[in-house]
Amino acid sequence: MGSHHVAVLAGGLSLEREVSLRSGRRVAEALSSRGYDVAELDLDSGLVPRLRQGDLDAVVLALHGRAGEDGTVQALLELLDVPYTGPGATASALAWDKAIFKGMCARADVPTPAWVTIASDAIRDLGGAAALEAFGQRLAGPLVVKPSQGGACMGVRFVDSPGGLHEALVAAFSYHDVVVVEQFVSGTEIAITILDGEPLPAVEIHPKVGRYDFSARYTYGATDFYAPARLDDATLARAEEAALAAWELTGCRDIARADLIVGNDGTPSILELDTCPGMTETSLVPMAASAAGIPFGELCERLVGFTQRRGGAASPGLDA
Amino acid sequence: MSEIRLDPYISRYATRTQGMTASEIRALFAVANRPEVVSLAGGMPYVGALDHDAVAEVTRRVIAEDGNVALQYGGGQGHDGLREQLVEVMAAEGISGHADDLVVTTGGQQGLDLLGKLFLDPGDVVLAEGPSYVGAIGAFSAYEAEIRHVDMDEDGLIPARLGEHLERLRSEGRRAKFLYTVPNHQNPAGCSLSVARREEIAALCESEDLLIIEDNPYGLLDFKAELRTSFRELAPERTIYIGTLSKVFSSGIRVGWVAAAGPIRDKLVLLKEGADLCQSNLTQLVAERWLRTQAWQEQIATFRELYRERCDAMLAELSAEMPAEATWTVPTGGFFVWLALPDGVDARELLAKALNARVAYVPGGAFYADGGGQHHARLSFCYPPPDRIREGVRRLGEVLRTELELRSAIYGG
Repeated sequence: MGSHHVAVLAGGLSLEREVSLRSGRRVAEALSSRGYDVAELDLDSGLVPRLRQGDLDAVVLALHGRAGEDGTVQALLELLDVPYTGPGATASALAWDKAIFKGMCARADVPTPAWVTIASDAIRDLGGAAALEAFGQRLAGPLVVKPSQGGACMGVRFVDSPGGLHEALVAAFSYHDVVVVEQFVSGTEIAITILDGEPLPAVEIHPKVGRYDFSARYTYGATDFYAPARLDDATLARAEEAALAAWELTGCRDIARADLIVGNDGTPSILELDTCPGMTETSLVPMAASAAGIPFGELCERLVGFTQRRGGAASPGLDA
Repeated sequence: MSEIRLDPYISRYATRTQGMTASEIRALFAVANRPEVVSLAGGMPYVGALDHDAVAEVTRRVIAEDGNVALQYGGGQGHDGLREQLVEVMAAEGISGHADDLVVTTGGQQGLDLLGKLFLDPGDVVLAEGPSYVGAIGAFSAYEAEIRHVDMDEDGLIPARLGEHLERLRSEGRRAKFLYTVPNHQNPAGCSLSVARREEIAALCESEDLLIIEDNPYGLLDFKAELRTSFRELAPERTIYIGTLSKVFSSGIRVGWVAAAGPIRDKLVLLKEGADLCQSNLTQLVAERWLRTQAWQEQIATFRELYRERCDAMLAELSAEMPAEATWTVPTGGFFVWLALPDGVDARELLAKALNARVAYVPGGAFYADGGGQHHARLSFCYPPPDRIREGVRRLGEVLRTELELRSAIYGG
């Protein structure tokens, strides 16, 4: 494989830049150690010239957040005819926006917690604040307020009492102009990585203190993980079914990670689908791969392999 | 068993490290360093204003003429010749001292750490301005001190508030270990302690037998070159003075110092040796030769003028762009403006929106140990050129205006 020349794309201007850089560095090191000729590229205005002069066999995406995960870079790479890892532009865009993604799931009867979407424009320009009280009628009990776009659970707030909703909305709007207010489901958080259409062992997530927030995600040892998850086979099968349904619905390929909550009643619901999942030392996908007996380097190599298998670049507008 | 142990050492860490966790705010700052973003966040001195050729020549000569010393270990107290030069830097500010009083440290920051190690047991009370320098909060918190913030206004720390804190401590049967203060062009508040208040506070500390740690990175960067009486002059026997070359020469050279009474100095030397044996002789000799052979006071005048121009740009643009409800301090030197956000806007929450609009600042919460500062932001004018500062403030103004509209709609304001 020594002749393969790949570029790992990481960084960019998204709020998740740091996490992306950590993912990218790790992927680049893994591929280098397997004999690949690896260039590490940041996202900036010099990207296209660099990609054009690169004579690259593939671009490996380790981008998180806006521009990297939302289909922007994917569409650009398709335009440039450069093969890249992970789901295509359309699948990325569909999964990226939680309001759209949840809407697709609901239409297809893939379980996802009840939610309401609200845009800051509706509040600011259309008198939407008066409609906020309707949230209480639609959703009962504790709520989770999330920016509709964005990852690493940045801007996510948990609301236990009606009084906290306004503050949580203001906070979430700082990250994105559209916010999803979701029914909080108490239960066990799990992540199911799908590699080339096949689910890897589910990873079960237990923060030692509080929620699985930014600090719990990126501090070594702040969260206990179990892979495979300690759930019964029937529950795991239902969770995998939901994850695979989401993968199909959005038209994913190569790799994606579905985050689910298994309610206390044993029902799994899908929270989100990450089309460019984290690859850091504390990330869930490497854990799932490891539980499946796939070392990290091999995982990265497989991702490159998928692009080679596809041959030429995808037709514009088609992801698969 | 399917348990994954990402940190197999977790049961072995000292209890005091429990708060050391990944932070979303810290991660957000990765974006702030991108060229597309106007960063009003970092307090980096504009070292581009130095004559780099002159620094290179000084460094070359240090190695060529004094290589055997420069490349060797040094003493724990720091290089004699450098300490003599540092006394001159203090003298330029009207602060007296003797080379023997000084311990050279890795920036002023190591001074803070060593003083924390020297004075603080877990639970000890430190009094500090509110807001206070984030690095001092970090250093003292690492020794598990309880930091109590004393309110300030545009004339700096308010003596009456200090008196109230001392009174409360007495009623609790406790004593503060020391008062930590940045009296000149304070980081982050940007204001200076008035001379009258210095005298009042020195007298209060005298009557209460309270030590003072006087941290003075910005004293020589007054835009009008005005000097204010140092606590070291007002209360020499109870003041521990921290100086640094970071803002007047180079922050990368990491040369700071502590000037203290003999018994404290001797302890600091032992602590310094325990921490890193000695300061780098190479950078000490570069600093020494710079101060001995170059027109460093002229260089400071250049810095002063440069920062004044940048501060003016920031203040003018703040007046033009900030919503009416926002207020800010008007610095007479240093690096920082302290901005009070209007109408309950949370600076931490707003940061994501600001970064999406390509401007960065430091949320005020960083400068409090007790959860304060939520509605404040520190804006630095030291690093970006004036046109970038103006652009950054414009972006921030726009972010704030849309935020206020949204809040007004949500809260029915």
